[in-house]
Amino acid sequence: MAKVLLSAKGIEIRFGGVVAADGIDLDVLEGENLAIIGPNGAGKTTFLNVSTGYLRPRAGTVTFLGQNITAQLPRTITKLGIARAFQIPQLFLDQTVMENMLIAAASRRGHPSGFHALSSLPEVPEMERLLDLVGVKSYAERKARELPEGQRKLVDIALALALKPKLLLMDEPTSGVASSEKLEIMDILTSALAREKVTSVFVEHDMDMVERYAHRVAVWNVGKIQKVGTPAEVLADPKVREQVIGI
Amino acid sequence: MTGHIRPITAVAIIFFLVCAVAPLFVASWATLFALILAKGIVVLGIVLLLQAGQVSFGHAMFFAIGAYTAAFWSKYIGGGDILLFLALAGITSALFGLIVGLFVVRYREIFFGMLNLAFSMVLWSLLEKMFHYTNGADGIRVPRPPVLGYSFTPETFQYVILYMSLVIAVATFYGVQRYLDSPLGHMLRAIKSNETRLEYLGMSARRVLLVGYVISAFLGGIGGTLVAIIQQIATPEFGFWTKSGEFVFIAILGGGAHAFGAFAGAAMFECVRFYAAAHLADSWQLILGIVLIVIILYAPNGLIGLRQRYGQAKQGGH
Repeated sequence: MAKVLLSAKGIEIRFGGVVAADGIDLDVLEGENLAIIGPNGAGKTTFLNVSTGYLRPRAGTVTFLGQNITAQLPRTITKLGIARAFQIPQLFLDQTVMENMLIAAASRRGHPSGFHALSSLPEVPEMERLLDLVGVKSYAERKARELPEGQRKLVDIALALALKPKLLLMDEPTSGVASSEKLEIMDILTSALAREKVTSVFVEHDMDMVERYAHRVAVWNVGKIQKVGTPAEVLADPKVREQVIGI
Repeated sequence: MTGHIRPITAVAIIFFLVCAVAPLFVASWATLFALILAKGIVVLGIVLLLQAGQVSFGHAMFFAIGAYTAAFWSKYIGGGDILLFLALAGITSALFGLIVGLFVVRYREIFFGMLNLAFSMVLWSLLEKMFHYTNGADGIRVPRPPVLGYSFTPETFQYVILYMSLVIAVATFYGVQRYLDSPLGHMLRAIKSNETRLEYLGMSARRVLLVGYVISAFLGGIGGTLVAIIQQIATPEFGFWTKSGEFVFIAILGGGAHAFGAFAGAAMFECVRFYAAAHLADSWQLILGIVLIVIILYAPNGLIGLRQRYGQAKQGGH
């Protein structure tokens, strides 16, 4: 049995009258790609927010490699090895794509210099490779603000990868990316994750992507996990088909 | 990227050369240029915080701390040396910057600006009310200090302080440019565009801002000591809110996009004041007001922005 990397137990959180998590129990196993699916407002992104310390749950605990990380600061959790890519890309818009990447590299190193040029960091070739991997190397010297949404999304993922995380959480990684490029990007991304031994959790609406790239699927519904299983099992479940996929 | 910076650096070099040479021909310019450079050093600190999208409406407190460091030494200990004053002012203002910074870096934008203002007004009241120690509104005289033990006549001294200000201005300008180009400087700029991502990269945005704040306080203190020595006095007005406003005004005048904006703004400001005050006596503020309106309407990125705008137009425009 694979090692448990991230473990959530009994997570509860409410926003006013809306129940976003109502006793969420989930283990993320080392080396897997876990997809989270479910209707809008089911609490998928909330789960990512709780796991990275952005939100504090009313009850329940999150542990990462056996360490309790519930309600720790996002930066503390990031340092432990959990990186996050956002549904709406979070970039430094006034800086170039390469500068964005190098800021990530400098953060990973720790104790950033206040005197040596950012562009002289030894991580430049490594960051170039990462940009190349997600297919945005040609934008390296452009300001992040000038990039189309889909490309921003890929830079956002590259920023998370630049931290060399043990666990990568992605919120709809390919939404906004042209559908003709989705498969190619996910192929490259998942093979890179496997090569670097990065575990991933990704929220996804596209069932083709789930079928193709997830090892396991967790189905969210009104703040609860309705079902966990292999993509074949989950997608064959009549209740899931009716309530989540809508067929 | 570097293509935009090099012409500005060239302008900066020319500016510093003019500061070095012009006063040799017109003696009354020595003090004017020394003031421009000293204020430019203070405004460099404002420009630095602008990179993070933060405006401090209380930076005159560090200016006053620098000035009173020299003043207190002269009043209570006596003697001293310019280099000693500068070293002490650097240390005290950085230390105060660290203490005040621990509070203000928790806030952003208008709250950041107002909390700075509040701290500066506390300092101003203390300087004004603790009459026995500070002479209140009269201020404390700062007699001309020696340099490395050498004393100078007033005529020579104005050049000594000019060149000292010039050396410090060049050094701090270079240092700030290096800082803004470094990982820490880029993280400071990142606070303006996306603090969430910075935290999700594992960095503390507050700590990044605190480093910038302490540097900016240090620059304020150094500039304050220089101005106190040039004007031979330190008064509570050095720390009054209108003084803070003046520094922000100069930063907007020069443009916050580049470190040189601080000196371009200071040059414009002091020259307008120098000549308008001579010809219009009490209404020189009116001239400054008109200059600011023109800048905001026609060059919203300051004097520095004008150059960039012109440079881009030449490239075919963006």
